[in-house]
Amino acid sequence: MAKITFIQPDGSKQVVEATVGQTVMEAAKLENVPGIEAECGGACACATCHVYIAEGWREKTGAPSEMEEDMLDFAFDVRTESRLCCQIKVTEELDGLIVQVPAKQF
Amino acid sequence: MTMVQDRPPGQIIETDVVIIGAGPVALFAVFELGLLDIRAHLIDILDKPGGQCAELYPEKPIYDIPGLPVVTGQELTDRLMEQIKPFDPTFHLNERVDEISKHDDGRFLLKTDVGTCFLTKVVVIGAGGGSFTPKRPPIDGIEAYEGTSVHYSVRRMEVFRDKNILIVGGGDSALDWTLSLQPLSKSLTLLHRRDDFRAAPHSVEKMREMVAAGDMRLMIGQLSCLHGNDGLLESVTVKTKEGEERLPVDTLLPFFGLTMKLGPIADWGLNLEENLIPVDTEKFETSEPRIFAVGDINVYPGKLKLILSGFHEAALMAQKAHKYIYPDKKLLFQYTTSSSSLQKKLGVR
Repeated sequence: MAKITFIQPDGSKQVVEATVGQTVMEAAKLENVPGIEAECGGACACATCHVYIAEGWREKTGAPSEMEEDMLDFAFDVRTESRLCCQIKVTEELDGLIVQVPAKQF
Repeated sequence: MTMVQDRPPGQIIETDVVIIGAGPVALFAVFELGLLDIRAHLIDILDKPGGQCAELYPEKPIYDIPGLPVVTGQELTDRLMEQIKPFDPTFHLNERVDEISKHDDGRFLLKTDVGTCFLTKVVVIGAGGGSFTPKRPPIDGIEAYEGTSVHYSVRRMEVFRDKNILIVGGGDSALDWTLSLQPLSKSLTLLHRRDDFRAAPHSVEKMREMVAAGDMRLMIGQLSCLHGNDGLLESVTVKTKEGEERLPVDTLLPFFGLTMKLGPIADWGLNLEENLIPVDTEKFETSEPRIFAVGDINVYPGKLKLILSGFHEAALMAQKAHKYIYPDKKLLFQYTTSSSSLQKKLGVR
């Protein structure tokens, strides 16, 4: 298990218990985290599960793949800490992960 | 297969069934209807058959199609197109059904956004997640400029003559329109969030040549704010690594891909549950008799949004559609493995 904290644009926090092997998007969808839309269902084909990885966690989540980087073109207000959370697999290492939900998905 | 491009306006197409959508389930509905001697017209907003499979994940493998351990979205589309070939469906692409109304004789009158009209006995809605529409950048107040200064597609290039144009995006649409509109624009800037482009390499190369020649400008950054009055854009704020820059432009073309929206279906008077169409599980008929809904767009207890579930729904729908279209004909249940009449329809020799 890994605890993942989702921070909304208004500052409110939601902690989700994620299972190793799930994606961060799946864990968020199971707990209905607002702002994680995942229109395409996790196929890296829509950019509606865009999140910002908090300081200090970027090394553990890694950088986006080329395909994900291409898909990030379809997200809004992309930053260096941007990821599509359907492409982040939950591992024990990610226990405590903090991500910020953007003000708007497309 | 018949692809309809241009047709004289005002002509009404009379048919037994119109299928709204051309995704995998809509395509398979052509097959099931075809076996029962019902020929279909399909209408889809995209420029090609295949729906989400062809538009969102043509290259991605699907693992849960019975009998096909792995197949990509495009391969599945191609195979379905091959499978329905004997039934010669007519495709009306780049069209969206805007209105459905009941005709005096009980048939339905359908009208598309480009004015094509259909008079049909049965309607099958296989519209998946709704119609694909261009993504609107979530910038405050952008709606006010849409249609005047902000455009999501190019229908007539002349509209853009002598304009100060900003194109946003890094895919083929953004690059293609950059190359096509630059010669007639007053000024053109292409804005993309990174100096890497998904678009075809030769168009990227051409764009870079135009930048080098001073014919246009390439900016790396992101759009953050629009400024103008009465629907007329005067400038935009662009965030770049160096900071913010105000760019005087009067025309904005954002290309951020497509998203699915239910669209006009919401206005057809059908019962809806959270943007889905409730159906029964015997015939997959909606609250309106003779209008069916199959695939991702429908909902019923236990519904799974799987392509294979949609195939099953299409088969049962066809049985009931047959009753509406041929009320006097008795339907004999047959297998394609053994029925010579079905095999004849399929062109088996």
